[in-house]
Amino acid sequence: MPPRTMAELVLERLAPAPAAGEPTISSSLAPNLVLVVVVAVLVAAGVFLLLDRSLVRVLLGTLLIGNGVSVLFLVSGGASGKPPFYGTPATEMSDPLPQAMVLTAIVISLATIGFLLALSYRLWQVSGTDNVPDDIEDEQLQELADLDEPSATFDVGEESTTTSDELAEERS
Amino acid sequence: MVQLLLVHLVAAAVAPVLVRFLGRNAFLVLALAPASALAWLLSVAADVRAGNGPVQRVSWVPGLGLDLDFRLTTLSWVLALLVTGVGALVLFYCRWYFTATDPTLWRFTAVFTAFAGAMLGLVLTDNFLVLYVFWELTTVFSYLLIGHNPASSTNRRAAMQALIVTTLGGLAMLVGIIALGVRHSYRISEVVAHPPALDAVTIGAVVLLLVGALSKSALVPFHFWLPGAMAAPTPVSAYLHAAAMVKAGVYLVALLAPAFAGAPGWHALTVGLGLFTMLVGGWRALRQYDIKLLLAYGTVSQLGFMVALAGLGTREGGLAALALVVSHAFFKSTLFLTVGVIDRSTGTRDLRELSGVGRRLLPLSVPAVLAALSMAGIPPLAGFVAKEAALQAGLEAASDGVPFAAAWGWLMTVTLVVGSILTVAYSTRFVWGAFARKPGMPLTPVRVPHPGFLLAPLLLGVGSLLVGLLAPLEHPWLLPYAQQLVRGAPPALLALWHGFTPALGLSALAIAIGVGLFVWRDRVGRVQRAVPPLVDGERAYARFMRGLDVGAVEVTARTQRGSLPFYLATIVFVFVALPGMAALLRGSVGPVRLWDTPAQAVVGAVIVVACVLVLLTDRRLASVMLVGVTGYGVSTLFILHGAPDLAITQMLVETVSLVVFVLALRRLPTRFERHERSLRRRLRVLLGIAFGASVAAVILVASAARHVVPVSIDFPEQAHSFGHGSNIVNVTLVDIRAWDTLGEVSVLVAAATGIASLIFVKTRNTRLSTASEQAIAPTEPTRGTWLRGGRTLRRERRSVMFEVVTRLIFHIMIAVSLYVLFSGHNLPGGGFAGGLVAGLALVVRYLAGGRYELDEAAPFDAGLAVGIGLLIVVLAALAPLAFGGTILQSAVFDFTLPPWGEVHLVTSAIFDMGVYLIVFGMMLDIVRSLGTGIDRQISAERRAEAEV
Repeated sequence: MPPRTMAELVLERLAPAPAAGEPTISSSLAPNLVLVVVVAVLVAAGVFLLLDRSLVRVLLGTLLIGNGVSVLFLVSGGASGKPPFYGTPATEMSDPLPQAMVLTAIVISLATIGFLLALSYRLWQVSGTDNVPDDIEDEQLQELADLDEPSATFDVGEESTTTSDELAEERS
Repeated sequence: MVQLLLVHLVAAAVAPVLVRFLGRNAFLVLALAPASALAWLLSVAADVRAGNGPVQRVSWVPGLGLDLDFRLTTLSWVLALLVTGVGALVLFYCRWYFTATDPTLWRFTAVFTAFAGAMLGLVLTDNFLVLYVFWELTTVFSYLLIGHNPASSTNRRAAMQALIVTTLGGLAMLVGIIALGVRHSYRISEVVAHPPALDAVTIGAVVLLLVGALSKSALVPFHFWLPGAMAAPTPVSAYLHAAAMVKAGVYLVALLAPAFAGAPGWHALTVGLGLFTMLVGGWRALRQYDIKLLLAYGTVSQLGFMVALAGLGTREGGLAALALVVSHAFFKSTLFLTVGVIDRSTGTRDLRELSGVGRRLLPLSVPAVLAALSMAGIPPLAGFVAKEAALQAGLEAASDGVPFAAAWGWLMTVTLVVGSILTVAYSTRFVWGAFARKPGMPLTPVRVPHPGFLLAPLLLGVGSLLVGLLAPLEHPWLLPYAQQLVRGAPPALLALWHGFTPALGLSALAIAIGVGLFVWRDRVGRVQRAVPPLVDGERAYARFMRGLDVGAVEVTARTQRGSLPFYLATIVFVFVALPGMAALLRGSVGPVRLWDTPAQAVVGAVIVVACVLVLLTDRRLASVMLVGVTGYGVSTLFILHGAPDLAITQMLVETVSLVVFVLALRRLPTRFERHERSLRRRLRVLLGIAFGASVAAVILVASAARHVVPVSIDFPEQAHSFGHGSNIVNVTLVDIRAWDTLGEVSVLVAAATGIASLIFVKTRNTRLSTASEQAIAPTEPTRGTWLRGGRTLRRERRSVMFEVVTRLIFHIMIAVSLYVLFSGHNLPGGGFAGGLVAGLALVVRYLAGGRYELDEAAPFDAGLAVGIGLLIVVLAALAPLAFGGTILQSAVFDFTLPPWGEVHLVTSAIFDMGVYLIVFGMMLDIVRSLGTGIDRQISAERRAEAEV
């Protein structure tokens, strides 16, 4: 019998109806309801904070959503298991791929914290508050739109590029 | 032929250098580029006439049908002669036109030479796509040339106008080219030799191609850009009008006429608009006082004439069109160059100020008068020969058996006569205006120009005469193009005298009435003023551009609100509305498990409670703590799930981030501001709940949709056999999916740099200061301290216990971090966790001893650590290439190294070391920015206050 990959072995096990009580990959991929609820609450609270004017709260919201997504990855990996080290049978092991993805995400969230905190601090230093103001240029643009005016960069020269005396003559 | 283009390219590239060393004389050198091309073209003349002109094919992107195909036919040969001949003479002329001190000469020479090269490429290529490329190159270069003096806003607008109008046409043309190329061929010669059947798509393609040609040749309704382009220096105008740019449109019409002259709409667009343009241009030329502008409107008129003739599609018309292109090149270049000399010698171009210039500048006025006579179609000049042929073509078409074609023929004949009348009138006006001695006006003072300045107009003006006299000799060189056309009788010989023909009578009539128009110009002017302008393309263009801009402002103002919450809410809303709603309404849910272990529910409950509390509090620090609780909770969930690497990393990050938060928030107000309307708050709650529900629904539906075995099922085996490690997560990071990690550490580098620049604003590399350099109070004992930096702290901030502990554990932590780094391949840990531990050690040193202690602990720039880390990562990724491997491939070395004994070194550990350094550097950046940086700003402010 030729050597088979792990995937083939698993597919083989997936195909027949599993014996009663025996854990299989297909049943272990069913989502964990408690974790789903935790994810939902984390991202819901995160979105609430994300929509705040305060940059620090926006950051906290980002962190909550980040934590929620980390747990979401766990859910996608299926059931819990033994730590993923070589030697543990694949069926008993927790899925290593989502873990690798989450690991970098965690470290990047630290970078996000540092960056957004620096941004908040800078904002506070410049404006005395960490509330994000509306963009002044966009407000000006809205005023222009209300007046049906063209943009500031529009070249509004009146005289003809074919400046000729025939036109000047007509005007006079 | 590629070589000719390369010569131009090289000439354009070195032009600025030439100007640097030769000044204005650089023009004389640069003129050699088109002159050499001219010489080559003349050397192959016999081949072209015999119908086997040179062909050159260089494969470029065959998959797209984009090849550097070049070929010479009679049509392209004639155009190329004009492009290079006039180009060389104009460059020669520029030597005296520009002043020696002109500071923009280096740019002008380069752009002009490149423009000449692009124009040459346009007529030489045999590939529609390459033609398009050169076509747009001429657009861009002409934009730069028209805007040569950008100080004037009129010039800028004129340049922009030319760019937009011709690019618009160019884009239409590109669509036509692609429609033609995809279904038929991109090779011009093939399309012309075997035209596709005239179905709807082909007709559409031809119409789009014509739109491009008409915009380039400034036909109504695009005619206004050309007079505007008078903003360019006069030599540019001469070249643009006589040989380049606008002739591209005529060239394209003439190129396509053999294949598509029978297409529906063809005659309306070419003959119809062409004749109309001829009248509009002539009408307006008659009213100008600026002699340059007069010529410009004259060009508009003549372009309409040429396009109409080329579009007629008969042999006689084709020959007349080509003869007209040649004669126009001669007389129009002469006249523009003349205007340039007058402008430079008298300082004006206004015909109401010029008087008696003709007699003072005879070497200029004689060729100019010849050229003007040619323009007016007076024998024995080239223009007369071309106009005779044109009238002949019109009359021949008028007698066509097909009523429709005959109608076009009649229209053409009548319009030609009217147009010729106008042409005679404005030609006379030009000669009179530029040279005549006007009664009652003082003579215009004239500075006598250098003879070299007069040479180019002289040669070209005499050319007008020679081409007219020797017309029968010109005939056989142009004839092969006419023979490509299918309709009409073989054309009559180009000559001055065909006997007393109807065409001759019409010519005589036109000349007589035209002179009459000039003689009674005052009365004509009154009539003209009474007639409102029929088409004002420029005003329409201005209105359109304004409307476009106002519309853009409107759209931007509606969508770009400038509010961060609005943008984020939009994103959230779209997620809820599309994937969320789809999952909630249509998704099917498979089997679910309640939990893996009840402990998950307990931890989950803690997280939920913390979440709710975060929403309720408005204290900053409390919020941070509560978010920290959720983080530690998630870390616990990792442990329960069987993910020790994640748990360790998450714990470390949570700890570090708590410290970082405290450092950054110490100066901010303790509470969040609360001034939100309740409606808005309710909306946020609603969006939050909807988002949470949507995410939950998507997870459940997505999990149920899964039916393939996870790819990670083979990871353990791969990790062991290729990655040589047991910790599958770590091997995934540094080997199996190392590309991802490479991207992610780059993000870290960017973030670290961003943090530092936000706090230090100008440079991260602020001077590090060690405690020893600081003024330490002399009463402080210098011996027996645990941390040197501690002495710089104020007494109430110091903690001996903390200092002692820090002193004891710092090096242990560093050692642990290294252990975590190297053991990570087989045990929980790795570069990320190791870097975090080392960073945490720095945090401890900073907290215990202050910023000077931090600089003692890490006496180097954080950018150094980050940069070296990134370098190591990239080198480790590339190194396998040097040994014949693939990027990021791992190798293992087993050897004995006393005193450790057996060493099992996997190369991916080096990659992980880079990751460790980057994380460490990022931590240092964070602490140094949010710790040291803010410390410094606080003490600077204190000092400032104290001084006040």
